[in-house]
Amino acid sequence: MSTFTGKHTIRVGEWVIETSIRAIAFVSLAFIVLIFVFVLREAAPLLIGKATDDSGAAVTLAKLFSSPFWMPVSNHPTYGIAALILGSLKVTLISLVVATPLSIGAALYTAVFAPRWTKEIIKPAIEILAGFPSVVIGFFALIVMASFFQHLFGLQYRLNALTGGAALALAVIPIIFTLTEDALTALPKQFTEASVALGARKWETALFVLLPAATPGVFAAVLLGFGRAFGETMIVLMATGNAALLSLGITGPVRTISATIGAEMAEVVFGDAHYNVLFFLGFLLFSVSFSLNVVAELFIRKRLMKRFTGAA
Amino acid sequence: MKKFSIIAGCALIGLFGMGAAKKQVITVKGSDTIVILAQRWAESYMAAHPDVSVQVTGGGSGVGISALINGTTDICDASRPMKNSEIDKLKTRFNSLGVEIKCAKDGIALYLNESNPVNELSLDQLKAIYTGEITNWKDVGGKDEKIILYGRENSSGTYVYFRDVVLKGSDYAPATQTLPGTAAVVNAVSKDPNGIGYGGAAYAKGIKLAKVKKDAGSPAYEPNAETVKAGTYPISRYLYMYVRNKPTGAMKAYIDWTLSAEGQQIVSKVGYFPVN
Repeated sequence: MSTFTGKHTIRVGEWVIETSIRAIAFVSLAFIVLIFVFVLREAAPLLIGKATDDSGAAVTLAKLFSSPFWMPVSNHPTYGIAALILGSLKVTLISLVVATPLSIGAALYTAVFAPRWTKEIIKPAIEILAGFPSVVIGFFALIVMASFFQHLFGLQYRLNALTGGAALALAVIPIIFTLTEDALTALPKQFTEASVALGARKWETALFVLLPAATPGVFAAVLLGFGRAFGETMIVLMATGNAALLSLGITGPVRTISATIGAEMAEVVFGDAHYNVLFFLGFLLFSVSFSLNVVAELFIRKRLMKRFTGAA
Repeated sequence: MKKFSIIAGCALIGLFGMGAAKKQVITVKGSDTIVILAQRWAESYMAAHPDVSVQVTGGGSGVGISALINGTTDICDASRPMKNSEIDKLKTRFNSLGVEIKCAKDGIALYLNESNPVNELSLDQLKAIYTGEITNWKDVGGKDEKIILYGRENSSGTYVYFRDVVLKGSDYAPATQTLPGTAAVVNAVSKDPNGIGYGGAAYAKGIKLAKVKKDAGSPAYEPNAETVKAGTYPISRYLYMYVRNKPTGAMKAYIDWTLSAEGQQIVSKVGYFPVN
């Protein structure tokens, strides 16, 4: 009898723990959905064509994408988000161009070449960089990196897309590095052994066997790095000069979506067209990072699994 | 809740005569231009009145006014007068038009790099520079170099004031680089030989201030106590404090003190100009 009640209490306890853990898991899912719904709701007047600016003129999605100027606080406000989207893409791509080769190189080194003690210093050090407050990186870029790059390349603008992208790379490197390193070390030992047995040198093994085998993981790492760079606010707010120019040059100042939201959200009048547009920008950011994460996740799961089970 | 606890605190003090049983908290929020001044005021006032705590935060005039409308600050610092649309919002929320207090005067200074040979600019030239009509320093008597424009974020009262007074309501050139805070503008101009920026005269360290003339024929003035007070410096403005209702009790005492000779002395010390 006593054993029965004992089992019974264990079951009740299990049930309680199971349910609460499940609830926690679903709460985090609910948060994502709620944030998404909230952002979309605040942008809604714009999406259904009900947003008007102070002069009573309608603000439509077509105008947002076609207007060349971002001048939201003006006697004749214009909300041209094309320059902001271009700015975000430019800075993000620059940061990836800088960060990807560096972090993949570093990952190859620590995963394949480095002796154990070196690896145990380098890996945590780069991972600490991931937890570095972005406002500090931004400050560093504003004061030190901007002057350095200006003198190095003889740039006309001190604060520009290049400086911002390079500063952003500091935030992106740890992400790409860590995930690439994980992908490389997760490869079966046979890959290296077979390659070496066939007479390949160490660097040939690394470049032509291990790196190609880890491609899905590396690709996912770059995608997540892209998401991080695209959404980063403080670094670009401080280092890019924030002028919304519709140009392809990388040595001029740029204004990104995230910096715009960061700088203007606090001041905007609730329910105003400007407010709706900022939430629409938030919706864009959210969508981009969400889809990148989904793609990265699917890529790792499907492709990597296929390769290792031999189906590919 | 905060309001309630303050009232409750006052009632307790009144009932039992216990003196400083509970610290009274006055929150001040708003203009980054005023934040240095507001902090000095708060420090001096709290030193003399240990029973009152004055908490100051910046963020920009727009931020302060939003906070006043949302009821999250007691006093709002603003470097521009409230707009009608904002007063309407305050009225619907609190059924009050708010109370405006002019607490200091400020001259908007034009910052130039110390190596820049240009020393004075007229209002027309400034307008042409900031709207993008003039893009080279040689057109205003300087070197043959591109003018690099720096300004404030559009949440700043200085942004709106400069646009209305100097640009006569026109928009800034899209190439204007906006930076978070006057200190960042000063820092940028101090490192950029071809830069120009604007902001409060109090911040001007490591750069030089351009003399400004009303039009091409009139004399140029530097922003200082006499020229701003006399109104001969063409770009000067009032700095404001806003409260929701006619101030009473500790708030009234604090605001009266900022306008007193002692409070206004701090205004001059910080680099702004007294109101009277």
